[in-house]
Amino acid sequence: MRYIPNSPEERAGMLAEIGLSEPAELFRSIPADLRLNRPLSIIGPLAETEVLSEMNAMAGRNTAVTKPSFLGGGVYAHYSPTIVDHLIQRSEFFTSYTPYQPEISQGTLQYIFEFQTLICQLTGMEVANASMYDGSTAMAEAYLMAQRVTQRNKIIVADSVHPQYRQVAETYTQHGDAEIFTARHNPKSGRLEEITGLDSETAAVVVQSPNFFGCIEDLAKISEAAHSAGAMLIVVVTEALSLGILKPPGAFGADIVVGEGQSFGIPMSFGGPHVGLFATQEKFIRQMPGRLCGIAYDKSGRRGFVLTLSTREQHIRREKATSNICTNQGLIALAATIYMETLGRKGLREVAGRNLQNAAFAIERISAIEGYSIPHKSPTFNEFVVRGPRPAAEILETLRLEFGILGGIALSDFYPDRPNDFLVCTTELNTRSQIESLGAALHQIS
Amino acid sequence: MSIKKVTQHPSQNEALIFERSQTGRIGYTLPRPDIEEKSPEQILPQELLRDDDLAGLPEVSEVDIVRHFTRMSTWNYSIDLGMYPLGSCTMKYNSRLNEKAARIEGFAALHPLAPESESQGALELIHRLQEALAEITGLPGVSLQPAAGAQGEMTGVMLIRAFLNKRDGAEAAGRRVILIPDNAHGTNPASAAMAGFTVKTIKSTPEGLTDLEHLHRLCNEGGIAGLMLTNPNTVGIFETNIREICQIIHNAGGLVYMDGANMNALVGVARPGDMGVDVIHLNLHKTFSTPHGGGGPGCGPCCCTAELAEFLPVPRIEREESRFRLNFDYPDSIGRVKAFYGNFGMMIRALAYIYTHGPEGLREATETAVLNARYVSEKLKDTYHRPFDSDCMHEAIFSHKYQKSRGVTTLDIAKRLIDYGFHPPTIYFPLVIDGAMLIEPTESVGRADLDAFIEAMKDIDAESRENPQVVIDAPHSTRIGRLDEAAAARKPVLRWKPGLESLSKSA
Amino acid sequence: MPNIPENLRYSKDHEWVEVNGDIATIGITDYAQSSLGDVVYVDLPRAGDKFDAHEAFGSVESVKAVSEVFTPVGGQVTEVNEGLNDAPETVNTDPYGSAWFIKLKMDNPGEADGLLSAEEYEEYLSSME
Repeated sequence: MRYIPNSPEERAGMLAEIGLSEPAELFRSIPADLRLNRPLSIIGPLAETEVLSEMNAMAGRNTAVTKPSFLGGGVYAHYSPTIVDHLIQRSEFFTSYTPYQPEISQGTLQYIFEFQTLICQLTGMEVANASMYDGSTAMAEAYLMAQRVTQRNKIIVADSVHPQYRQVAETYTQHGDAEIFTARHNPKSGRLEEITGLDSETAAVVVQSPNFFGCIEDLAKISEAAHSAGAMLIVVVTEALSLGILKPPGAFGADIVVGEGQSFGIPMSFGGPHVGLFATQEKFIRQMPGRLCGIAYDKSGRRGFVLTLSTREQHIRREKATSNICTNQGLIALAATIYMETLGRKGLREVAGRNLQNAAFAIERISAIEGYSIPHKSPTFNEFVVRGPRPAAEILETLRLEFGILGGIALSDFYPDRPNDFLVCTTELNTRSQIESLGAALHQIS
Repeated sequence: MSIKKVTQHPSQNEALIFERSQTGRIGYTLPRPDIEEKSPEQILPQELLRDDDLAGLPEVSEVDIVRHFTRMSTWNYSIDLGMYPLGSCTMKYNSRLNEKAARIEGFAALHPLAPESESQGALELIHRLQEALAEITGLPGVSLQPAAGAQGEMTGVMLIRAFLNKRDGAEAAGRRVILIPDNAHGTNPASAAMAGFTVKTIKSTPEGLTDLEHLHRLCNEGGIAGLMLTNPNTVGIFETNIREICQIIHNAGGLVYMDGANMNALVGVARPGDMGVDVIHLNLHKTFSTPHGGGGPGCGPCCCTAELAEFLPVPRIEREESRFRLNFDYPDSIGRVKAFYGNFGMMIRALAYIYTHGPEGLREATETAVLNARYVSEKLKDTYHRPFDSDCMHEAIFSHKYQKSRGVTTLDIAKRLIDYGFHPPTIYFPLVIDGAMLIEPTESVGRADLDAFIEAMKDIDAESRENPQVVIDAPHSTRIGRLDEAAAARKPVLRWKPGLESLSKSA
Repeated sequence: MPNIPENLRYSKDHEWVEVNGDIATIGITDYAQSSLGDVVYVDLPRAGDKFDAHEAFGSVESVKAVSEVFTPVGGQVTEVNEGLNDAPETVNTDPYGSAWFIKLKMDNPGEADGLLSAEEYEEYLSSME
């Protein structure tokens, strides 16, 4: 087998040297009646061309990738510079291990340090970790951290936070002491205007901005309310590119910022692997989950980087750990780092600006079509809700079948009381003609 | 800011990107906009916009980026360079074919909320992998949603809790104890705690196996929800009594969760489902070769018996005749553990791995992995203290007992191995062996490299006698030496800021 | 050979106690600091907190390990050594002096008599080898 450098002849020699005569003897400590006496029923072995043939056949049935798309909802289609994917495929990055031996992992450690810095800069927070699995689990971990810090158990989460994120947080907290309350958004503004149930038992108020409906939340107001009750403010960012233009959560006094970094040049890849962001203030460092990379010096005074504050983590603290996380999303964090640095100060702002512009153009076009409206009054970034004349599921299905356009996400999938509403996302990849075609198609469908 | 060069070579002096940044450099080009340009100020109210002009973010050219990361990469050891004998990590070859498969446009560019009818290929791939893993583990219920081993563990333990709640109703509140061996990985008790359980520790015998006597006694104390066990265990030995262990737990009313981190010793040879295990998690980034990437991403699927399947995370991916669909209709499911469907990109790689090997290849890989470890174990047993004489499976454990008396510890030995061109083995794990060295060559190493590793270990032992200081001060050949981790932890500096001291501490 | 001052009392968890009237000053022994390695952080309670004998009142962290610290006697914390926040390394360099952790007003002043003497602690350490 070509991945095994030890030939059968070499292996026979090794067996003999250790006093065994055949491979089966290696497993003598496994009871005979537990040993499989048949080969596994699986396909293979396949040659490269055959593997690719199977894969291409399956990939070919994912016809969604051939259609113009306005899908958002927590995962976004963005341009990724060529060098991102090229650089992460360097052997030393993608086949290396967690940097537990810092002397031979400085490449990995330095990019983690850069990633942490960039996330702090973009979110306006003081410290960021080396990544979480994704935005949804980062949010769940933030709930647990808020409980640890405040020693309170009530979490108030806006229902304009991504529904799947809220489901994950419920799973994570179901066996602990957390009590989760949902605060309803205002249907006119599309934002959280009132935080019902906020009191001295509240550990945290959780909002997403831009929220699931694309609306930018009034973080100043929410921050004030949360803090005057002694609660922490957790802000969730699912569209990380919005940070290129929008005032960051840190500037509004967020205590924890969590989010999804997939927008930073990471392929959508049917939902994963992506990269979770987690940032907080320095005073909470010891309650933070995830790996942290810090500066350290060797005997000669040379600067290096090292995983630090490990005593928070599972391999030392075990059941008292701040989290059970071990493997995170290292290589994806590298890709995001390369993206953020390649676009840099000017590019992140410029790409974010294109997103905003395209959405503004789309909103203008669509709201002018008879039968369609924009139900939420709040400002948005690159996603917005459209209200149609008929059930959105039908409209979207017609768009798909007759016009070959993936027009958006029916809100009724997540919010049963919004049958005619759908979520449209425009990124820098959507061209003018695509947006115009969407408008024309919607006009025909009404 | 003055940069003190450490050596003259530019790739040794690569500073942080922020220190390379020069105003006006750009690294990207965007197409000209095809709609009328509007500035953010024309679209959004001022108070919502950033007013810091993204100060501090780098401005560099594409060339800067390529050089920056290429240079940094040269500071890393990697599997492509050589053996990574990290016990419990299974650092095997990361195939490039798998990378090619994962990058097929129809996979990489697919949005997870695209309509099911337009994502049939992706759903089919997930389903095929589920079936393959069910066959490999002997456990039919599979969820690929967990993003990594620790998440898979948490999922597995939550399955147990959900099952007990349904079976025992109100009395399940009396079953809150999870038994965990003293040599378990730290994620085990951490995951048990997240599922609301308390932990009791089971002792090991002098032979390195679970102490059945102690297990019986703990079960008699009552309140048993289950057992978390690794098999082969974390000292590399197969728990020969696994069936009895499972029976003891089942008789006590609990379930058995197996940590599948060490599956590389079992694939194609034996199946956890046949041993009586109720639920297992796998690490695709270990056993199934998906790349470690410097710390992730992983994929930690959870496989379980038919009885536990109804509690698996939703949505489940199922086949209905020739179509594949997402099924959310499992009212007793523990819920979602991650948004969307899991780390799909890693599933592609794992399936490609399985297809490439086929049943013969998988068996050959397992045999070679175990042989390689057993060989190292036999060849070093007279040089390093070997705590157990039982057959080791895919990993061999040693301690620094002989060398310690000369003032040389496992840490020193590990650092000196770096000078010999090898990545150190896993050290100081499991905690039950003082100064543990856990060596897992995997099947991706040939005899010549194994012999070179063995020779290096023997040379280091000789050095510990003849010239211990060279071991104690190692590594000598790397770009930087041992770092002062204590100082780093006392005053943590976790991000760059303008004015940060560059490259080296001023005297 | 770990340092074991004669005038102090000791617990099997490697804490030392200095008794002055009904105030107990508590820290960790030379043996403990040397086992832990370089101390990077000490987690201390607040003045006013109450603890029973053998209850954990805080923890000590080194780079690779964390250990709970238990009070050998029951009582209420009167003073906490804030200096350890800035200089945790004094636990390694001066465990019996400037690296005291807390001062406790004992519920039961005689309780310290039941602890190990310096000689008994030394014997205990030898028996652990």
